[in-house]
This record gives sequence, C-alpha cells and structure tokens, in this order.
Amino acid sequence: MPSEKFLEGIYYVQGRDFVDAGVVSSDIKRALKEKGIPESVIRRVAVITFEAEVNIISYADQGTIQLFVEPGAVTVEAVDIGQGIPDIELALQEGYSTADDSIREMGFGAGMGLANIRKYSDVFTLTSEPGNGTHLTSVVKLDGK
Amino acid sequence: MTLETLVEQLDLKCKCCWEKLKAIEVNGGYAGDLLSDVMANSQAGNIWVTRQVHVNIVAVASLKEHAAIVIVQGANPEKETIERATREGIPILVSDLPEFQLVGRIYQLIGNG
Repeated sequence: MPSEKFLEGIYYVQGRDFVDAGVVSSDIKRALKEKGIPESVIRRVAVITFEAEVNIISYADQGTIQLFVEPGAVTVEAVDIGQGIPDIELALQEGYSTADDSIREMGFGAGMGLANIRKYSDVFTLTSEPGNGTHLTSVVKLDGK
Repeated sequence: MTLETLVEQLDLKCKCCWEKLKAIEVNGGYAGDLLSDVMANSQAGNIWVTRQVHVNIVAVASLKEHAAIVIVQGANPEKETIERATREGIPILVSDLPEFQLVGRIYQLIGNG
C-alpha cells in the first residue's frame, strides 16, 4: 500500500510574540489527539513543535508550522522568514545560543531547543539560508524511539 | 498523593483551579527554570517547581500535562499567567520557601513518584 502523507494543518507563528508561545503547539496537540495518535507520539511531537515555535518567535520575523499525518508517522515542518542560521553544526550543539538577555530571562535561549528537537525526532533535517530563513523537518514514527 | 494533601502539608497558596486539587494525583516532580530542560525531561503528572512567573510556564505545563506548577520564594505569578492557567486547568501554587528547601520537602513526602 502506498504511504500517503496528508496535510493536517498549517499554523502561523508571529516572530517576537512571546505571549502566545505554545498556542500553536497546543492546537497541534489537540489535533493529534482527535486523530487518535498514540499518547507517547503526541508527547514527543509536543516537545518538537514547542521548540520549533519558540525558535520562530525568538529568531525569525514570521513562519509556519505544517503538520502532516500518515499511517506510520507524524511529520512537522517549520519554515520561517528571518535571519537564518549561519553554522548549523554549531547551532545544534547543546548549550550554544545566540539569544539575548530578554529571551534568557524568560527561561528560553538555553541552547537546548534544536538539540531537543533532534533527540525527539526519528528523522531530522535542518537547512538554512542566512539572511532568508530556516527550514526544519522532523518525523516521529508511530513505532519509533 | 493528591495535590490537596501536598498543598496542606507544605502550606502552599493556591492561585487558581482550587476545585481540581482533590482529584489530581502527583506522581513525582521536576525542578527547573529553563523551559527547554523542563520540556525535555519532566513527565506527565509531575509537580513542576520553578522561579519563573510569566505566562509561558502555563504552555509548558499544559503541553507536558503536569499536575501543577509551584512557584518558589513567594513570587507572584503575573496576572496573565493566572488567567491562562485557569483556562488551561493547570493549578498554580506558591510557596514562601526557596527552591532547594521546597524540593527537599516535596521529595520527603512523595519521593520521586
């Protein structure tokens, strides 16, 4: 049987809007619950979407998070327009962060976000054009980690 | 142990969702002020001890399905935090103790779950 990847939803994220950080992740969590996705998968996707959402808010002008559901997996794609990431290997190192003090005071910007996304993903890809934006894809398999 | 018992034993002030305290079981705890750390390492049903007071802690607790948030050092949660927590059904509790002492007291009562 061919594997069909269905677009479940597109969620808009506004840069610098910290008050609403987590709203998109909550909407995605609710959508996955309604689809009957297993709790263990939803918990992993929640970490991934929260970190992706906070990254767009912290570092980009705006972006979208797209949610795809297929029989064996959930895929999250976060695409933003913004400053991008000049050195992806460095950005993936736990503890590395370019966050300013205002972001750190709220408990964000500890340099754990991308590392967490990679840790909770079964498939993880991150590409970026500095000055233009960043494209992150994360796949969580239903029978994964 | 229920949240209600924990609130009584530790003399916590409840800022919202009083009606839920009796029914919520606490299965362990997590302490931290870095939101990514809490997202990655806490578990559903945990009581979360933190010094953060802003509205984003509610999003974390809700996504992770925490039993409650306990704010330490007698700090006041922001108005928006309480409003969001009320909507999401996450009890916000406040302790006058510093974080280290409060975590020690909670651990004495419930262990790690």
